[in-house]
Amino acid sequence: MFDDLRDLYQEVIFDHNRNPRNFRVMDNADRKVEGFNPLCGDRLTLYLKMDGNTITDASFQGSGCAISTASVSLMTEIVKGKTEQEAEDLFKKFHEMTTGKDEQINLEAVGKLAVLAGVREYPARVKCATLAWHTLDAALKNEQKSISTE
Amino acid sequence: MTNFPVEKIRADFPILAELIRNKPLVYLDNAASCQKPQAVIDSIVHLYSHDYANVHRGVHTLSVRSTDKFEGARTKVKDFINAASEKEIIFVRGATEAINLVAQTYGKANIKAGDEILITAMEHHSNIVPWQMLCEQTGAILKVAPINLQGELIYDEFEKLISDKTKLVSVVHMSNALGTINPVKDIIAAAHAKNIPVLLDGAQAIPHMAVDVQDLDCDFYVFSGHKLYAPSGIGVLYGKQALLEAMPPYQGGGDMIRKVTFEETEYNVLPYKFEAGTPNIADVVGLGAAIDYLNAIGMDKIAAYEAELLDYATEKAQQIKGLRIIGEAGHKGAILAFVLDRIHPHDIGTMLDSLGIAIRAGHHCAMPVMDFFEVPATARASFAMYNTKEEIDVLMKGIQSLIEVFG
Repeated sequence: MFDDLRDLYQEVIFDHNRNPRNFRVMDNADRKVEGFNPLCGDRLTLYLKMDGNTITDASFQGSGCAISTASVSLMTEIVKGKTEQEAEDLFKKFHEMTTGKDEQINLEAVGKLAVLAGVREYPARVKCATLAWHTLDAALKNEQKSISTE
Repeated sequence: MTNFPVEKIRADFPILAELIRNKPLVYLDNAASCQKPQAVIDSIVHLYSHDYANVHRGVHTLSVRSTDKFEGARTKVKDFINAASEKEIIFVRGATEAINLVAQTYGKANIKAGDEILITAMEHHSNIVPWQMLCEQTGAILKVAPINLQGELIYDEFEKLISDKTKLVSVVHMSNALGTINPVKDIIAAAHAKNIPVLLDGAQAIPHMAVDVQDLDCDFYVFSGHKLYAPSGIGVLYGKQALLEAMPPYQGGGDMIRKVTFEETEYNVLPYKFEAGTPNIADVVGLGAAIDYLNAIGMDKIAAYEAELLDYATEKAQQIKGLRIIGEAGHKGAILAFVLDRIHPHDIGTMLDSLGIAIRAGHHCAMPVMDFFEVPATARASFAMYNTKEEIDVLMKGIQSLIEVFG
């Protein structure tokens, strides 16, 4: 019935929405930033554990739509073990993938985040996918405050 | 179903024949804005093709024709809400501008530090923020009457909040987020007992029921054209003549003056005192055409048909496991807001859109209502006179299917 939506709602997204990974409060977090999308009410708190400039652990709490939940869940998995610079590079590539105009998207560069490439066809939903990454960006820049997509 | 000519009405709305994602459009976002009948579209095309010029100025033929149509529409609005005079009908951009106008003219002239403005917890942002701005400017205090879990005003609490300090009551006639229709006659009687004027935000109520401002005895009534099958960008402020006469003007400019020298300006009479600058002529004419269209059907018939639609949709929705209706007032207009277990309203909105169904997902410009019900957002199906039971079946089937897909 929802054949048209297969590119947007891939099975991996349903899976992460049902069972979000790293969905927990981190008591000894080095960084903690809240992300908020006032348009849809999505709200998340991102926690990072750092060792120098390497992210050793990432977790989150919050509520949002399937796209935003899957995006933050996948992100917390993929950034573990990455340096700040590597994570920022990945954010840039992810941003290009979800908002870029180019027909050619380098899906290999983003690994399993490629399941979120479908949002580029749904302008109203791009912010759902990028909220997690904007929050991470704020956390890496050590902005201890709320960030908003608006 | 009563013998309501819904198929005939549908044929009058060209957009309803549109295919969305290769499926017939099921348009259930009428509380946000509703679609326009051919008669309204034609009225604008006809004006620009044959009768258009600026109003109230020229002696030439087209200016006279344009003015006649423009002022003719004012009379239609006056009759539609049964105002006592055309002087009480002020054209504005919409309900939002009307409330801002009252806040910045009546409010600034009459409300002082320590005074209170009373609203309810189910207001749209447009009936919250203008008062907060006024409070900031004057030092007045905004009081909010609470609602219960059915989404109804707790009337006793409302009455208790009316005090000697209350200088204005501003309440929504029908809630956009919940569908609740407020006991506005009781509210007005209670406020008037203490000589407090009442503004009714009629943005949602106006397309769903016959409104008689003299019977209601409200002091101000505001609504937008675009929710009344008329163009966007046009709306109405109704105010009792004595109140409007005593109010300072809103904006200065052409049309709102009688005589200007560099030393002083004499303001024009009502309603022009509040209509500075060239007005939105074509959309006023479109609003008049929408009112003609609705009068030919009959607002009471529309209300009865929509009540049947809402009952049908509510009954079907209650059968869906995991669906919770937000807004279960005893007296309600044709709005069905809901949430689903573990499925975010934005996912509901996107999935239904892929089936050609347009609903609204979000906070509906009523964030305090979302906070009260402890939901980040709701999905909202809002019905109009051109919707059918078959469309409600399509909606319910879509909801069932997306619940299955989410698992």
